[in-house]
Amino acid sequence: MTAGARRVCLGAAGVLLAFGLAQFVLWAGGVDQAVFPLPSTVVGSAVDMLGDGSFWTATIQTLTSWVEGLGIAVGLGVLLGLVLGTLPWAESAVRSLVEFLRPIPSVILLPLVLLITQESHESEVVLIAIAALWPVLINAIYGIAEVDPMATQTLRSFGFSPWAIAWRVSLPSAAPFIATGVRIAASVAFVVAVAVELIGTGMDGLGSYLIQEQSGTAGVAPLLAVAALSGLLGLLLNAVLVGADHRVFRWHHLRTAAADAP
Amino acid sequence: MRRLAAPAAQLGVLIVVIAAWQLATGSGTSPYFLPPSAIVSFMYHQWFDGPASHLWLTSDATGNLLPSLGRMLVGLVIASLIGVAVGVAIGRVRVLAELAEPLVHFGRAIPPPVMVPFFLFLFKIGTPMEAASIAFGVVWPVLLNTIDGARHVHPGQLETARAFRIGPVQRLVRVILPAAAPKIFAGLRLGVAMALILMVVSEFQGATDGIGYEVANAQTTLDMSTIWGAIVFLGLLGVVLNLIFAVAERRALAWQRGSARAE
Repeated sequence: MTAGARRVCLGAAGVLLAFGLAQFVLWAGGVDQAVFPLPSTVVGSAVDMLGDGSFWTATIQTLTSWVEGLGIAVGLGVLLGLVLGTLPWAESAVRSLVEFLRPIPSVILLPLVLLITQESHESEVVLIAIAALWPVLINAIYGIAEVDPMATQTLRSFGFSPWAIAWRVSLPSAAPFIATGVRIAASVAFVVAVAVELIGTGMDGLGSYLIQEQSGTAGVAPLLAVAALSGLLGLLLNAVLVGADHRVFRWHHLRTAAADAP
Repeated sequence: MRRLAAPAAQLGVLIVVIAAWQLATGSGTSPYFLPPSAIVSFMYHQWFDGPASHLWLTSDATGNLLPSLGRMLVGLVIASLIGVAVGVAIGRVRVLAELAEPLVHFGRAIPPPVMVPFFLFLFKIGTPMEAASIAFGVVWPVLLNTIDGARHVHPGQLETARAFRIGPVQRLVRVILPAAAPKIFAGLRLGVAMALILMVVSEFQGATDGIGYEVANAQTTLDMSTIWGAIVFLGLLGVVLNLIFAVAERRALAWQRGSARAE
C-alpha cells in the first residue's frame, strides 16, 4: 500500500471509529439524548439542513460578508504593507500603535461600529476587515522588507518611479508571503463573521441561523449540526486557498523546499 | 543614542495620535468618539478608584473584570492540559496520528463561536459555559503545535535517553516536553487572540457579569463611556498577556538558547 493510500484509509478509519465509539457510548450509556444527541441524530439534522433553502441563504450571506471584509483587508493591508515595508523608519514609528491595536478582539467594537454605521451588514464587514487586516499587513511588511535590494536599486538607477518598482519587483517577490497572510486572515475572518452574526441583533448569516435554531424546539442536535457544517465549510475554504496558493506560487514553494532540504 | 531613537519615535507617534484624537474630539461634538481624557477618567472611576483594601479595585471591577479574567485563565489552563496531553500522544504514536488527522483538521476548521450556543445549552448561564467556550477555541492551536513539536524531537536526544535506560515517564518529562515547549508556547500565544474573542462572544450570549456583559448592556443604554473603556481595557489586556507570555517563554526556554549558543 502506498503512503497516500495508507493515510486515506487510516484517516477514514479514524473518523468511523470516533463516530462509532461516540454512537455506542451515548447509546449504551443511556446518556440523556436531549443533552448529548447521538452522532447519527446530528448527521440526520445536518442532512435536513442541506435540503433546507434557509441554510443555504444563511451560508451565502456569511460568505458574502467574508469575501467583502477579506477583500478590504487585503487591499488595505497590501497598500499599507508596501508603504511600511519600504520605509523602515515609518514601520518602527507605528509599531507600538499596531502592537496595541492588534490584540483588541474586533467583536468588542461591534456596538460602536453599529452605532456609527446604523447598518448591520456594513458593521459586520467592517469588523471582519479590521480582524483580517493584521495578518495581511504583518506578512506584507515582512515580505516587502525581504525584497532583494539589488533588484530595486537596479530599477531605480534605470529611472523607474517608486510605483513602477513596487509593481514590478516588490509586490511580485513579496506575493508568496502576502498569500500566507491572506490564508491566516481568511480563517480569522470566518471566525469573526460567525461571531458577529451570533452576538449582533438584526444580523444575517450562519450565526443568526444558529440563533434561530437555538430558540427553536428541535433541541441541541441542530446546534451541533450547524457547528459540523460550518467546520466542513471552513475546511473547504481552506482547501481552496491552499490549492490556489500552491498553484500560483509553485515556484516559491519549490524554492523554499529546496532551501529547507539538508 | 541610536538605540533609543526607535522607541522614542514610537512613543512620539503614540503621543501625537492620542493628542490629535483629543483635539479632534475634545469639544464633544461627536456623540460616538470620546476624547482619551474622558475614557481614562471613566476607566479610573469605574474600575480603579476603590478602597486600598481591595487593591484600589471598585466593586464594578471585582464584579466584572475579575470574572472575565478568571474565565480566560481557566479556559487557557484546560485547553493547555488537553492540548498538550492529546498532542504528545498524537505526535509520538504514528498510527494515532494517521487515525486522528482528519478529525483534528475538522475540529480546527470549526469556527469556535458556533460552539457557544451548545455550551450554553450544556452548562446554562455561568462561568463553566464561558470557560468551555474559551477552552474550545484555544485547544486547537495548542494541540496542532504540540503535535508538531512532539513529532520533531531530535532523534539523537531520544536515542541517548534510550541508551541510558531512561523510563518512558522521565523521557516524556525530560526530553519530549522540553523539546516541544517552544512550539507549545507559540500555540498558546496564538490561542490568546482566540480566547479574547470567545470571552466577548460567550459573555454577550450568556452571562450575568463580565466585560462582554457590561458592553452588551452599554449597547442598549447607549453608554459610550463603558463601550470605549472596554475597548481600551481589552487592548491593554492583550498587550499585557503578550508580555507575560513573552517573559514566561524567555524564562522557560532560557536553557534552550544557552544550548543553541553552545552548538
